[in-house]
Amino acid sequence: MASPLLSNTTISFSSSLSSSPLPRLFPSVSFSSIRFKSNPRRVLTVRSKIREIFMPALSSTMTEGKIVSWVKSEGDVLSKGESVVVVESDKADMDVETFYDGILAAIVVGEGETAPVGAAIGILAETEDEIAEAKAKAASKSGASTPYAPPPAPAAASTPAPPKSTPANAAPTVTEGPRKTVATPFAKKLAKQHKVDIESVVGTGPYGRITPEDIEAASGISPPKTNVGPTVVVEAKPAAPTKATVSSFAPSSLPPPVPGSTVVPFTTMQAAVSKNMVESLSVPAFRVGYPVTTDALDALYEKVKPKGVTMTALLAKAAAMALVQHPVVNSSCKDGKSFTYNSNINIAVAVAINGGLITPVLQDADKLDLYLLSQKWKELVEKARAKQLQPQEYNSGTFTLSNLGMFGVDRFDAILPPGQGAIMAVGASKPTVVADADGFFSVKNKMLVNVTADHRIIYGADLAAFLQTFSKIVENPESLTL
Amino acid sequence: MHSICSQATTLPRSNFAFDSRSPAVPISKPVNLRFCGLRKEAFGFSGLTHSCSSRVRCSSRGHSKKISASAENNGTPPKSFDYDLIIIGAGVGGHGAALHAVEKGLRTAIIEGDVVGGTCVNRGCVPSKALLAVSGKMRELQSEHHMKALGLQVSAAGYDRQGVADHANNLASKIRSNLTNSMKALGVDILTGVGTIVGPQKVKYGKVGFPDNIVTAKDIIIATGSVPFVPKGIEVDGKTVITSDHALKLESVPDWIAIVGSGYIGLEFSDVYTALGSEVTFIEALDQLMPGFDPEIGKLAQRVLINPRKIDYHTGVFATKITPAKDGKPVTIELIDAKTKEPKDTLEVDAALIATGRAPFTNGLGLENINVVTQRGFVPVDERMRVIDANGNLVPHVYCIGDANGKMMLAHAASAQGISVVEQVTGRDHVLNHLSIPAACFTHPEISMVGLTEPQAREKAEKEGFEVSVAKTSFKANTKALAENEGEGLAKLIYRPDNGEILGVHIFGLHAADLIHEASNAIALGTRIQEIKFAVHAHPTLSEVLDELFKSAKVKSAASSHGLVSEPVAV
Repeated sequence: MASPLLSNTTISFSSSLSSSPLPRLFPSVSFSSIRFKSNPRRVLTVRSKIREIFMPALSSTMTEGKIVSWVKSEGDVLSKGESVVVVESDKADMDVETFYDGILAAIVVGEGETAPVGAAIGILAETEDEIAEAKAKAASKSGASTPYAPPPAPAAASTPAPPKSTPANAAPTVTEGPRKTVATPFAKKLAKQHKVDIESVVGTGPYGRITPEDIEAASGISPPKTNVGPTVVVEAKPAAPTKATVSSFAPSSLPPPVPGSTVVPFTTMQAAVSKNMVESLSVPAFRVGYPVTTDALDALYEKVKPKGVTMTALLAKAAAMALVQHPVVNSSCKDGKSFTYNSNINIAVAVAINGGLITPVLQDADKLDLYLLSQKWKELVEKARAKQLQPQEYNSGTFTLSNLGMFGVDRFDAILPPGQGAIMAVGASKPTVVADADGFFSVKNKMLVNVTADHRIIYGADLAAFLQTFSKIVENPESLTL
Repeated sequence: MHSICSQATTLPRSNFAFDSRSPAVPISKPVNLRFCGLRKEAFGFSGLTHSCSSRVRCSSRGHSKKISASAENNGTPPKSFDYDLIIIGAGVGGHGAALHAVEKGLRTAIIEGDVVGGTCVNRGCVPSKALLAVSGKMRELQSEHHMKALGLQVSAAGYDRQGVADHANNLASKIRSNLTNSMKALGVDILTGVGTIVGPQKVKYGKVGFPDNIVTAKDIIIATGSVPFVPKGIEVDGKTVITSDHALKLESVPDWIAIVGSGYIGLEFSDVYTALGSEVTFIEALDQLMPGFDPEIGKLAQRVLINPRKIDYHTGVFATKITPAKDGKPVTIELIDAKTKEPKDTLEVDAALIATGRAPFTNGLGLENINVVTQRGFVPVDERMRVIDANGNLVPHVYCIGDANGKMMLAHAASAQGISVVEQVTGRDHVLNHLSIPAACFTHPEISMVGLTEPQAREKAEKEGFEVSVAKTSFKANTKALAENEGEGLAKLIYRPDNGEILGVHIFGLHAADLIHEASNAIALGTRIQEIKFAVHAHPTLSEVLDELFKSAKVKSAASSHGLVSEPVAV
């Protein structure tokens, strides 16, 4: 928590690693360099060995045993004599120890499952290098039943890889965690069970803490139906609810994966984006585009740039000022029956950071002056980078701005984030030949803005009027500096 | 003077008790039954002679007291005493001692400054059992898996917090009035006020704002008990930072509660809170949870009681500062490493329960008047509960039992110690074997134990040069447990294979607290495994877990069994 960027990167790296059945996805150099530190001796081992961990016979009458729990997780370094797994026999629960040093490369028989005495329940690799081989072996062992396939994998297979252009798409409500991650005991348990990186989950509980529901949302599973004080019983199979959900999410009609394809499970944030995007399908959205002449704005930008004003601040301010005149565009439809008019104009701005997507919010953008707004924006971006955004700093937006102009994108449309009425997609400003009313040609800088809105509350005329106002403000930007 | 008034009120009551008994002509039996019924910790010494003597005593009593009262007025050291025995503190320990004292024919008074019943009845074992009964039922009803396995269908279980709290409170009042009535019926004088020893064989008591009364007694038993211990730096506000005293009132069920200390109290409350829907974080100063339990039992208990529940834990840490929730901030708990003392973490929770043990309640007892210095608040005593003064000498006629002496802070231990003291003052030397006192933790399932843990036994064996063996049986093989679908559990016997002595028994499983007594009785009576293994258990019962346990022990054949059971007796 001290250096969030660094530590979080490491955490998510290793967690996605352990949840991924195909670790080759990651460059092997960086992969092994992490382990080298912890266990340099093992790297030097020349002779490699992969051993199976067998279901032991704990009593003379025992024919099969049930895995109560794995004390160690895949990827854990084991030393001789350490407890690895708890096995329930017909008599009692016993800790099973390993007789060798090594790394638990794969778990073949998952918690709550049963295996006959002598069957391989896990694979022990002696060195890092053999993990892949060991996993392959594990895969062949587990055979048709695939007892311990990481739950997110099938879900990922059913969806195309997350688009890299996410910054433009929308503003997910789930983004970076606040200053200190506080998670309840059950939330932590669930996160471990579902392999959710807890650092990337945003808490919605009291004092911003991460609740079990947050983890369930992040891992894409719905909470169990009977939610009245759900106490997990000892005998309950921890993986069961996940599997059930997964299978319901992956209909059989999906085409089989192309041979040789790589399946990469979603990270928590990607899962959250995916969830929000699917949710947005329930909103009847439509789009209205508008060309805006930016010569005056560009001139103003050149003038105020030395004072620390950014284009983002200019656009946010312009949008906010236009929203003042068109409050309906700043409203949202919460229940499908009413307008919710927001008293504040909070402009969320989509930003790509660390391969993810965040929407820091410029609160009361209509009231703050351009310089304050720019300063505020700088702070927000820094906080976002440091993962220190408070929940209200990323989830209080009433209108979203997404700008891909800097990449030369001339037009695009955005997906409406759940809970908001409209989102504006801003393209690049380009010199364009225009003919005026008198037929005179001239070259003007024009950019295309495209607003996606919820048609339950915002109609075409509303958007058109709003865009007209916005365009006027941009074309006469002096008012922005007032 | 006040004492004369109190006589006047107690005298008719004594007579009434006498009259009510006398019409029943075959005197010994009904009286005896009544005694047993009233005192739960009966040793069963009472017989015909006792009931006779109590009748004699009752009639002669008022007379002797009048004499003593006049003697007191002279201001000279009492030649005869107001009472044979005064007990300071009417908790379970004092109550047990008082009942046994009456049985032994002692004129007995008990001084209580608060409510009869002490911690156990009002703020401890009793109300917590009410809450745990609720938590046990909630657990069953919530466990879909369990219900399904039994073929039951139950719609969502819910609870009414106030209803649960009332149940605990009602139970406490009921037991309290039972206790009070049992003492009154036997003629124990209940003196209200804070008791202070003012000199040898002399005790002062009185309510605040009333003149103090001084009473004399041949022997004095201190049984003032304990209060929750709150380490410094922890601010208890009774709402969000609480002790067991507050928690038992169940004024709220927080979403997330930190429990400082993972001993009996902490564990039981974790069982209650998680059943009622809270999440729990344990904070334990030692390196592992549940210190004090046999390690193997602790490990299994953790697997069943902690890991699958909504509980996480921090071990090897001290909570140095706990601030109650206020100004819109949650309860904050600052943790430091128990060894390095480095700051480790800060927790933010909805509530914190301080279950770090109990501190003796010995202030204001007037111990300085008899030259006794407490050790960390505890009254120093020898193995016969005789109080030791600052110079290491025994203080004549003063005894201390229960939590106040810290030997074994359990209600029934206090009671047993009280009975032991009464035995001594009535002329029969008695030393209580604390290793035969069972202890239980009423989680679901329960944990119980008696005697030594395995590491303790092995250490002792090492020192004294004997061999130790361990036998174990599982509840998984027990018919009754399986019928209840509660096969999770283990019973463990630690014994000497050379002579069959039982060193310790530890049980984790369904109704473990009720099962332990076969083992504790065996230890108390010195019964060996080779004898007890022939005792018959009804089938199918949970007690067969112990039957199997004793049978699975391997005692060397040299240890001859010489009990009654080995002799064939024709009936």
